[in-house]
Amino acid sequence: MQTQTYMAEIARIVALSLGISLSAVLLAALIGLPLGAAIAVGRFPGRRTLIVLLNALMGLPPVVVGLLVYLLLSRAGPLGELGLLFTPQAMVIAQTILVLPIIAALCRQSVEDAWVEYEEQLRSLGAHGFHAALTLVWDIRFSLVTAVLAGLGRALAEVGAVIIVGGNIDGVTRVMTTTIALETSKGDLPLALSLGFILIALIILLNAAAHLIKEAAQRRYG
Amino acid sequence: MSAAHGILPLSLREVRFAAGGRNLIDGVSTEIVAGPATVILGANGAGKSVLMRLMHGLLQPTSGKIAWRGQGEERVRRGQAMVFQRPVLLRRSALANILYALELARVPAAGREAQAMDALREVGLAEVAHRPARVLSGGEQQRLALARAWALHPEVLFLDEPTANLDPGATREIENVIKAFDASGTKIVMSTHNLGQARRLGDEVLFIHEGRLAERAPVDQFFARPASPEAAAFVRGELPWV
Repeated sequence: MQTQTYMAEIARIVALSLGISLSAVLLAALIGLPLGAAIAVGRFPGRRTLIVLLNALMGLPPVVVGLLVYLLLSRAGPLGELGLLFTPQAMVIAQTILVLPIIAALCRQSVEDAWVEYEEQLRSLGAHGFHAALTLVWDIRFSLVTAVLAGLGRALAEVGAVIIVGGNIDGVTRVMTTTIALETSKGDLPLALSLGFILIALIILLNAAAHLIKEAAQRRYG
Repeated sequence: MSAAHGILPLSLREVRFAAGGRNLIDGVSTEIVAGPATVILGANGAGKSVLMRLMHGLLQPTSGKIAWRGQGEERVRRGQAMVFQRPVLLRRSALANILYALELARVPAAGREAQAMDALREVGLAEVAHRPARVLSGGEQQRLALARAWALHPEVLFLDEPTANLDPGATREIENVIKAFDASGTKIVMSTHNLGQARRLGDEVLFIHEGRLAERAPVDQFFARPASPEAAAFVRGELPWV
């Protein structure tokens, strides 16, 4: 009985973790992939500065993101009325902000490399600007899996942002990393360790799957 | 497409293109007219590819003027197509690659597939229409690039050393396709450093030497009696870097 509730609790925590991080990565990909592609193909003033900034933001400290989102969502903050603080939605927002620069910056690099190869042909066919960027993104979609995966790894592994905006509330906003942090400080090392193993196993599994997809696609599409 | 409504002739006046402090194209003035297949001949690095990109509008001249016979920018752009030395194909089926080009050219959706299949048949690739383009052989990929250009029904087709990376068999196939395009009335403008190919496909030769137009002549005359010493040396195969 004891073990059963223990396993159920672990399952719930893992599910919440995956739900939050996958949602955040999905949102970040929807914004970040077109954004990265647009920066790669576009020519506008301040482009180089933007690229440097974007690359720098890849190393954004999660606690700082957490703090900013906390200020934004706290009762007195500009978005306080939404009542999102200490909810899974707040955690999704924080992780989206954290992951967005990673996906956008890696996508920008990949698309720019491809642009060198495709530019003349696409311009000759009459593809310009955003349309050309979308063509490139679609054509290198299997390489972009890596960018999205890097974002997912970051989201699943971070603790600083979700613990601040989620509050680590048992059964509501407690995810793998925040549980590990809490249980370790409480001395429940077995729970912390098993969650740690699950986390690492998940990340390996996701990467292996992505690798296989990419390989299969390479064989299929060249 | 009758010449009366076309975008030709294309005229170049004192066209210069500089990059890295060097004049890659230096004062070229000439006119490309409808009709004869034009071969731009010259050694590697003479400026053939740059000249062709200037004509096609992929590069802007540093000075001088390149003008089509009026008709408006959009009309001029759609009146021409280009096939590059190395074909750039999208990661989708052969057919979808052509459909993509037709969509960009705003061909109505209803007619696209038939038009694309016609082009594939034209180059002998109908049976691989649904195969991914990037897994085709090098020769097939270049034929697909030709079909993609062909499907657009351009008035002028630019070909930048289209067989430079291909084996003799694939080269022969590509040359046959180019001949068919020429016979159908498409204006061919092709660069090559291959003398045999220039003879086989060309009606007139523009000989480029170090960024300058050294000589322009009908193909028979060019090979029989080259007027400039550079062209004579090139035809005899004496230019050291050929």
